Amino acid sequence: MLKRFSLEPSRIALNIAVLIIIALWTFPTAGLLISSLRDKNDIAASGWWTALSSADVAKKGRLKDKVDQVEKDGKFTISGNVFEGADGVSGKVSAFGTKVQAPGGNPAGTVATLDNGQTLVVNVDGSYVLTSPTKFTDEDSGGRVFYIASQPPRFTLENYQTVLFSEGIGRSFINSLTVTIPATIIPILIAAFAAYALAWMKLPFRGLIIAIIVGLLVVPLQMSLIPLLKLYNAAGTFMGVPSKTYLGVWLAHTGFGLPFAIYLLRSYIAGLPKDLIESAQIDGANDFKIFRRVVLPLCFPALASFAIFQFLWVWNDLLVAIVFLGSGPDQLVLTGKLNALLGSRGGNWEILTASAFVTIIVPLTVFFSLQRYFVRGLLAGSVKGG
Amino acid sequence: MANIKLTNINKSYGSAQIIKDVSLDIKSGEFIVFVGPSGCGKSTLLRSISGLDQVTSGTLEIDNAVVNDVPPSKRGIAMVFQSYALYPHMSVFENIGFALENQGLPRAEIKKKVEAVGEMLQLTSYLTRLPKALSGGQRQRVAIGRAIVRGAKVFLFDEPLSNLDAALRVQMRMEIAKLKRDLPNTTMVYVTHDQVEAMTMADRIVVLQAGRVMQVGTPMELYENPNSVFVAGFIGSPKMNFITGLPAEKLKAKTIGVRPEHFEFSKTPTDISGTLDYTEVLGSDSFLYVSTSTGMLTVREPGRTQYKTGQKLNLKPIAEHVHRFGQDDSSLK
Amino acid sequence: MIAQVLYAFFTVVLGVGGCFGYFYGSNWLLDRTFPANANNDASAVRNLRVQANIRPWLFLGPALLLLSVYLIFPVIQTVWLSFHDRAGDQFVGLANYKWAFYDDQFRLSIFNNILWLAVVPALCTLMGLIIAVLTDRLWWGNLAKSLIFMPLAISFVGASVIWKFVYDYRGAGQQQIGILNAIVTYFGGDPQVWISLPFWNNFFLMAILVWIQTGFATVILAAALRGIPEDTLEAANIDGAGPFKIFYRIMVPQIYSTILVVWTTITVLVLKIFDIVLTMTNSQWNTSVLANLMFDWMFRGGGDFGRGAAIAIVIMVAVLPIMIWNIRQANNEQKGH
Repeated sequence: MLKRFSLEPSRIALNIAVLIIIALWTFPTAGLLISSLRDKNDIAASGWWTALSSADVAKKGRLKDKVDQVEKDGKFTISGNVFEGADGVSGKVSAFGTKVQAPGGNPAGTVATLDNGQTLVVNVDGSYVLTSPTKFTDEDSGGRVFYIASQPPRFTLENYQTVLFSEGIGRSFINSLTVTIPATIIPILIAAFAAYALAWMKLPFRGLIIAIIVGLLVVPLQMSLIPLLKLYNAAGTFMGVPSKTYLGVWLAHTGFGLPFAIYLLRSYIAGLPKDLIESAQIDGANDFKIFRRVVLPLCFPALASFAIFQFLWVWNDLLVAIVFLGSGPDQLVLTGKLNALLGSRGGNWEILTASAFVTIIVPLTVFFSLQRYFVRGLLAGSVKGG
Repeated sequence: MANIKLTNINKSYGSAQIIKDVSLDIKSGEFIVFVGPSGCGKSTLLRSISGLDQVTSGTLEIDNAVVNDVPPSKRGIAMVFQSYALYPHMSVFENIGFALENQGLPRAEIKKKVEAVGEMLQLTSYLTRLPKALSGGQRQRVAIGRAIVRGAKVFLFDEPLSNLDAALRVQMRMEIAKLKRDLPNTTMVYVTHDQVEAMTMADRIVVLQAGRVMQVGTPMELYENPNSVFVAGFIGSPKMNFITGLPAEKLKAKTIGVRPEHFEFSKTPTDISGTLDYTEVLGSDSFLYVSTSTGMLTVREPGRTQYKTGQKLNLKPIAEHVHRFGQDDSSLK
Repeated sequence: MIAQVLYAFFTVVLGVGGCFGYFYGSNWLLDRTFPANANNDASAVRNLRVQANIRPWLFLGPALLLLSVYLIFPVIQTVWLSFHDRAGDQFVGLANYKWAFYDDQFRLSIFNNILWLAVVPALCTLMGLIIAVLTDRLWWGNLAKSLIFMPLAISFVGASVIWKFVYDYRGAGQQQIGILNAIVTYFGGDPQVWISLPFWNNFFLMAILVWIQTGFATVILAAALRGIPEDTLEAANIDGAGPFKIFYRIMVPQIYSTILVVWTTITVLVLKIFDIVLTMTNSQWNTSVLANLMFDWMFRGGGDFGRGAAIAIVIMVAVLPIMIWNIRQANNEQKGH
């Protein structure tokens, strides 16, 4: 919009400013994603921002045994590669040494002099040659070697395997879906019917009902928990069923989501052309048919907006699920599971980051693929309604 | 065949009375036009007949049955809306067939009827299209098709041409006139604020102002014998000139009305003389705006005019075309 | 695993199907009981009228029922509980409120809540406005906005994991893996346990909410900026106003009502803030806010429903003015409709 006024030098500054803000905003999430793909030892050893560059790691290994010695020109040599025995370690050697006090005392490729006139050379590729003027004996075989290896970035899906299959995240994922799908569809249906009634049907107290619904928009959710919990327990005892059921949590989410849903959908449905509704009335359609054949297809964008809202809200909810759904393995939802892990596996970042990423990947996918509707809903919900 | 009878109809929204004691007899098969300035209640009256609005008091009869409490779909009426109100997500076929579907007709019969209507309105090749893929005129035809297919006894039109451009409006006016010819038994009620539409299409015109019926009559009756200053001013273009003062007093009236085409020029000074302020040349006619002691008068001259701006003109109304109005603005006969 | 998926699928179908079933079934029943298909029959007309009186309540019924059970009933019940003792048996008058007034923890929570209210809505709105204006002038502005917007899709728990990782602390001398401490040590500072720093830890928790909510403010304000008629900006430019003057004299006044909406929306959210404190510090280190205090009194350590309810009422009363404002706005819109 301001294109016409902008000055060229300021455009560069502008781009940089926005880039910095973006970096600030995406860094925390990037850290999570990158860490979840790193080896658990690496996560603990270095910051995630170093993961993309090569890391210098101090390692130790054992040289080969005397049985491998070869006699040549009156000298005895043992040759091999320091990476051979080291599990999963590869890369380049930058320095080596034979004493723990100076693990990198000798640059790679130089000759280190040991006791008894022995010499050791470790090359950049990890190959080494240990040379001795006398035959190697038991005493000096299998000696230790220390080296500094610079490792290329390594990424692994191992953390994900762990959390999905042995930490119970996979199971919670399904629980979350079981909660979320009906808790999204049911309020849409109920709210759409109510919104149509409040927008187009003749009924007493219409204005009052709308005002109450708008008022309920801001009721703090936490305050309904105790009364509802009591109600659930009483109902459970009365009907002889457990008080913590999927049905209970669906209805709770529906109840809490309804004010916004009705508010959003009503303002959209009330904005449909009056002529259309009246035309359908003259065409002999009853309200159920008008709703189903005319209104529902036309308010699809609003339905989609609300669906995304409700989906995100239910998927991301912790409190309602904790209170109204049990915490057994076949009921605990992802957020609850993650919260539990935060307590029990507080220091295990490989578990936490991978679990967190599993929980946020679904909402992020929904968000990025349906952003248009999401934004539209936000605008309808706040700008127009105010 | 259905006549419509309105007896003492009143309609209020809260304290605002929109329709005031309207009584009207619409004969079966008649094309009747409600005309009036915006806010005169003509659309409300139409909506009351349709059943979309409930009347506050009075009796409404369609086909000799009181329908005050009958919902729109049971009144045997069809309505063409100003916006056409085509269902944007349904094809032309579905739009036309929707009412039949609601009546629970079998699929084959719906198909037969819709196709027949499509043929009648030259929409056959558009039946599968969505409304947004149609031109303005075609949409109008679909809207009319929806009315025809139900075989309604009464068609209600709510300013159906006001969304069209000038050229298309003339064409659609002719199509509606033709439709009336093809359906001689269907009673049609048409609302417009455009007196040209009223004059060209109506069997009878109902002029409304502020919720009251001012006059009912054929177009020529209204043109030739308006019963009030309001009707006289509303019907005819350019507007009738109203002259007060001496010329009116001479004819024992408060006001006299003279249409622009009913003036003569006189060489000698008359009661009504003034200077030519401005001339509009339309080709077929010229409109002369003459500034006189009783205000600005409009004079129509066929073809070109010989008079120049600033020239002094003496005007003389043609006696037989002068309309006289009394103190209460009603016509003096 | 398969069994669980099947069970989940079955429950989902049952739940959603039941809901569809209600609407179809009840309407079918209504049409059946009061048939209206016979043409122009007097009874059909009467039945239609009966239908028109009943049907709105079929449509509204489930919504009204659920709203009553899940929101209206709890509000009333909470008011009642707040005047009763810990188990809800005995009427104690204003004792719970009196207790709250003198309770240190309550005062601390109020103080923290006010701190949040003072910082978060202002910061979000300001950042949102700045980002909206900046990105409005960029060809990749939409991409930038969606990246800022993204945290809105992340759960509070997920955000807590992300930010715990940012704030992670290792003893001095060790390699820091939390980026904040890494930056601090890089510039020669001492690493800190950010979330237990007295007083300042509140701000580290607020940063999370700002991070989440700025995207909301940005998107709403960007749309409002788009709505400003371009000719007013051009006119200001011709009148010789510079970019900053155009911003605060022409743009901001025109989107003032939207700024207010964003501000109040975030304010309501902040009043109810709960999850971040629960997952980040669990109210430790003096970070408790009202909602968490209420939660603690209701669900932890013996529990005192009366006190918890009294705190809930305090939150409600704080939200009330905004609620009334909301209703009034909705009514105005209704009239304009």
